[in-house]
Amino acid sequence: MAFDTQYTNQEFKVVGKRVLRPDGIDKVTGRARYGADMNAPGQLVGRILRSPHAHAKIRAIDTSKAEKLKGVKAVVTAADLPDLTRGDMGMYDTLENCMARGRALYDGHAVAAVAAIDADIARKALKLIKVDYEILPHVTDVDEAMKPGAPIVQPRIRTVGVNPAPTKPSNISQVSEFGHGDLDAGFAEADVIVEKSYKTEQTHQGYIEPHACLASVGPDGQAELWVTTQGPYMQRNTCAALLGLEVAKLRVTASEIGGGFGGKTHVWMEPVALALSRKANRPVKLVLTREEVFRGTGPTCSTSMDIKIGARRDGTITAAQAVLRYQDGAFPNIWGMLGAMTAWACYDLKNVKATAYDVLVNRPKVAAYRAPSAPMAAFGVESTMDLVAAEIGMDPVELRIKNAAKEGTRASYGPTYGPIGIGPTLEAAKNHPHMKAPLGANQGRGMACGFWFNFGGQTCVDLNIGQDGTVNLAVGTVDVGGARASLSMIAAEELGIPYEKVKCIVADTASLGHNDTTEGSRGTFSSGMATVFAARDAVRVLRERAAKTWDIPVDRVEWRDGKAHAFGDEHGNLAPLSLEELAAKAARTGGPIAGHNEIVADGAGVSFATHICDIEVDPETGKSRILRYTVIQDAGKAIHPDYVEGQFQGAAAQGIGWALNEEYIYGADGRLQNPGFLDYRIAVCSDLPMLDTQILEIPNPNHPYGIRGVGETSIVPPLAAIANAMSNAAGVRMTHTPMSPPRVLKAIREAHGA
Amino acid sequence: MRYESPKTTKEAAGLLAKAKGNAFVLAGGTDLLVRLKSEVIDPDLIVDIKRIPAMQGVTKTAAGFRIGAATSCAELGENAALKKAWPGVVEAATIIGSDQVQGRCTVVGNLCNASPAADSVPAMVAAGAKAVIVGPKGRRTVGVEKVVAGPGKTTLKKGEVIEAILLGKGGAKTGDAYLRFIPRTEMDIAVVSAGICLTLGPRGIIKEAKVALGAVGPTVEIVSAATKVLVGSTLDEATLEQLAVVCSAACRPIDDKRGTIEFRTEVAGVLARRAAKIAYQRAGGK
Repeated sequence: MAFDTQYTNQEFKVVGKRVLRPDGIDKVTGRARYGADMNAPGQLVGRILRSPHAHAKIRAIDTSKAEKLKGVKAVVTAADLPDLTRGDMGMYDTLENCMARGRALYDGHAVAAVAAIDADIARKALKLIKVDYEILPHVTDVDEAMKPGAPIVQPRIRTVGVNPAPTKPSNISQVSEFGHGDLDAGFAEADVIVEKSYKTEQTHQGYIEPHACLASVGPDGQAELWVTTQGPYMQRNTCAALLGLEVAKLRVTASEIGGGFGGKTHVWMEPVALALSRKANRPVKLVLTREEVFRGTGPTCSTSMDIKIGARRDGTITAAQAVLRYQDGAFPNIWGMLGAMTAWACYDLKNVKATAYDVLVNRPKVAAYRAPSAPMAAFGVESTMDLVAAEIGMDPVELRIKNAAKEGTRASYGPTYGPIGIGPTLEAAKNHPHMKAPLGANQGRGMACGFWFNFGGQTCVDLNIGQDGTVNLAVGTVDVGGARASLSMIAAEELGIPYEKVKCIVADTASLGHNDTTEGSRGTFSSGMATVFAARDAVRVLRERAAKTWDIPVDRVEWRDGKAHAFGDEHGNLAPLSLEELAAKAARTGGPIAGHNEIVADGAGVSFATHICDIEVDPETGKSRILRYTVIQDAGKAIHPDYVEGQFQGAAAQGIGWALNEEYIYGADGRLQNPGFLDYRIAVCSDLPMLDTQILEIPNPNHPYGIRGVGETSIVPPLAAIANAMSNAAGVRMTHTPMSPPRVLKAIREAHGA
Repeated sequence: MRYESPKTTKEAAGLLAKAKGNAFVLAGGTDLLVRLKSEVIDPDLIVDIKRIPAMQGVTKTAAGFRIGAATSCAELGENAALKKAWPGVVEAATIIGSDQVQGRCTVVGNLCNASPAADSVPAMVAAGAKAVIVGPKGRRTVGVEKVVAGPGKTTLKKGEVIEAILLGKGGAKTGDAYLRFIPRTEMDIAVVSAGICLTLGPRGIIKEAKVALGAVGPTVEIVSAATKVLVGSTLDEATLEQLAVVCSAACRPIDDKRGTIEFRTEVAGVLARRAAKIAYQRAGGK
């Protein structure tokens, strides 16, 4: 049944309230079951052996001693995961990342795995596996990897996107370009031109829950996988393809998730767990250590970039150019391309270009991290915007307002914008009391903007009404940020019943049609849309049942406030029938009452944010402290404002950690030196002030409720907002993240002397 | 792996003396268990000292204070008398890790772990703390600075175990302070640190001074040049500047994932200057 996805300015009774979250008690009492909390009879403990080398040929792997150890039930290597990818290079990369095939491509690359009856034996078995490595030259820095003569990470790669097509291998997997207009003409028109280069170090999503799964493959080809993931269908489709299983016979259940932020949108060790289970013919539980999470799963890119802006004295930007170099780890990807698409998205520019190089290095396969690729490009662009403002003597907010994209602007990455929130967030920032608050010595204020596309995609939802009139909503998008509450609210809104009457679950892959992974801030947008339509589908059934009960035409029945009402002169005196009454009689009026919807949710509305940050910098140590922080973001429509604010705060907190202290530190040997939370320094609670939020609601015209994704955008501005604040506090322009105390102190010394 | 929880120090020393293979003492376990879990160590014997009454709690003695080796850092923070006499030592002990870590960790464990970045050690050294060591040959008492030999290494002989830390009485004219640099606010390891203890004579003139720096060398760096700069002064600006200079000059740090040579060297001076001001005030100076 087709429904209209257009926004209608309806009045809400449930949506917009701050109702109790449905998963709160389970989570605070420890009852919630995460990836490592599921067990099966006879299960084995899985462990992975990882390469200690950044780049090495694997001459041979001798597993015979490990196999002979009492209690070891299976040992697997790449030989146990034959290549079934039939030329699908993306799938082959996933396979090769799960288990090295002849070459270890980074420190932490899996080379073998064992399943044993307990953890102690599994640990001993790993030590008995002998790997004969031939160490190869490696490269971990993005700029070094682009130089001629750099060690080649993937000999099969020929650069895509250049003419003529190259014949020799390169670490540059792809060159992409976006923009329009005439750059030369634009820079010729400029009164001032500012050019600056920037670097950002690699950061990890830092989810608290490590990757974990319980895999079980039977001799009859039927399999189950319990896993912490953002995408159970992605897990099912990928694992089935890699192991040669039939999709319908691999049932994947997503556990409660202890954070993903994009890092759980990929397959990591799950095919290995399934391969171990298949070989041992026992269930295998595989839980990564924190060290393995850092070394063997996907952080975001480190980058290097050059930003150039030309502007007239009145603040009009006449030309803007970005050259971005993003490392994707050891496997080709599109992270640089996404950086180029997002770099200039906030602005209405006549002449604009962004060129991106996607580069391979001997580091782990890069994965999505919350608005992947946008924060780094924004660090460069928004820092340079402040430099332009200073150069022409204009207020940084005014400069941005003057150039802000609006409805009808042709975005630098192609599309023409509908109604968008960049202008309103900037105006809100300009008028925010934070902007006028006094500052003390060594304190400074900065601001910056951010953009994220958001995504819709394939979605399937079931809504079932129980005999007492309570409602089960089954969705296939993993709840990473409050979706179960928001979707229950939407179902309650449509059905006209209280929120408490709806129970939403994340169903397993055997219970619903395909759902795309919860990524691109699509959970509440797409499943929200499908929930609206599934509920309207159920309302259609409810009206039919009422019509049947009353024996009147269904077009004389309307649904209002949780009840069927007959209307029209001849029926108007019938007492309304409630959801509970119709549910109780369902067996006699046609059976179970349900609604269903499957869609490709198009029209995800783009989202913008503006952040304001006050910082204090100790001029003697370079240590900084965030004093005040304000997030202003367009949510389209905030279904559950607590969760929306939580997303704003969480994204900003991650951005602040990234800006100040987080980084992958590699030694000259290509080994990761800080694979743990002690020396990979995420922001702790006491590092942050209360992060203030302001929700703007500029409805997305392509969603019945006006919803836009909210989860990602606010990780984009913090890097530049902090750099800009630091510049005002300490008189130094930081161009390299993290802006850690040693770097800041060095910059202060260089700028001002001892 | 064998686990033992003896009831006396002598029994603990005996177990360690007879141990074959890798033997470890377990107090709070905040280092040991982490290393065990991350498979850095593979112990054959673990001797848990938390059941030994002589290693429990803070007691006042004729000479000052006795801190049992199994006493948690949180307990030090809750002892008003100790806090009043040795605020620098107590501060150093109660900024380790987090609240949860402080509920388990001990200053003796911090000392014997022998990390150059240990928080409590520079403060204890500055305060003149001593360690009571029990071993097969009996009992001996040494200055805390004598316990650590280098990163991860102590001077304790096989079978030796520290039973307690001894501190003096402190006094109205004595003040100590400890400052460390971490890039965050907690849950971190000192990048560089400074412990200072000052005793004043008449008219606010510094009579005795001891400055110990952490994380700027393989072991705690006792800066004798700083003692010379401080003694006889009233901690005027020139003295503070000179203190920073001599402290920076005494540093022999390394570049690593936590900080650079340049940074550690400069900030050691900054922290010494700031800690000296606090210690001076605590000693009654104005």
